[in-house]
Amino acid sequence: MQLFFALLSGLLISAGIAVSKMIDPQKVLNFLDVTGNWDPSLALVMAAALLIYTLGYRLVLKSDAPLLNKQYFLPSKHHLDRSLLAGAAIFGVGWGLAGYCPGPAIAALPAASSGTAGFVIMMVLGWFIAGKLPIKN
Amino acid sequence: MDNFTPVSALIGGSLIGLGTLLLLATLGRIAGISGIASQAIFQREGRSWRLAFVAGLLLGPIVVSLVISDFNFSTPDLSSRTLIAGLLVGLGTAWGSGCTSGHGICGIARFSPRSIAATLMFMATGVVVASLF
Repeated sequence: MQLFFALLSGLLISAGIAVSKMIDPQKVLNFLDVTGNWDPSLALVMAAALLIYTLGYRLVLKSDAPLLNKQYFLPSKHHLDRSLLAGAAIFGVGWGLAGYCPGPAIAALPAASSGTAGFVIMMVLGWFIAGKLPIKN
Repeated sequence: MDNFTPVSALIGGSLIGLGTLLLLATLGRIAGISGIASQAIFQREGRSWRLAFVAGLLLGPIVVSLVISDFNFSTPDLSSRTLIAGLLVGLGTAWGSGCTSGHGICGIARFSPRSIAATLMFMATGVVVASLF
């Protein structure tokens, strides 16, 4: 049952990435590049997702535990640190270069493009290297 | 702004919101894609649900292509730019503990100071790099 709902969750999210065209890196770059033919669509994607999750999060957490698990697993860190800010800055540089963040890149893998596959392989390598070399705070 | 697509953006964003909410309501987990995908690969514990989630990510666009007949999207060329971008996205999301989904949607909705700061940061560097290069 857990596996079914995990799969359904991933499917809904990537269907949303596809329907909104965020799966197309050119669409994302048209949002990030404010000097060109600017496309504000991505702001509406985030606004709709945020509206649903902001309200839904508070409704869901009214129950003591999730439907299929013993407890909620929520992030425990609350303070800003160097690793968070440096990492986010580096992520943004990569996002702005290619127009891919992790979700759309993974969702586009079945299109069997060598560029998408190369991006994802390098992203996984980055996860591996960062795991071996954490930034000290 | 002739490429502005508000209707599909709102429908797609709603699907993303529902998917992230479903994971919280059922498994009690935050739907941070970089964290789930990297732990599916590099962490033995809790691998099965994470792999199922990633399998769902791969299936979504295939389902959409069956429903919408003229569904298509561009993909990047295999270039040094694409490869460097992939490496930076991997390093940055690992060091920064999240990406557009975990920080930008789940974290902001939880009013997390870390996620608000991270999202402002990656939006800022993303806009600067995409606008200049």
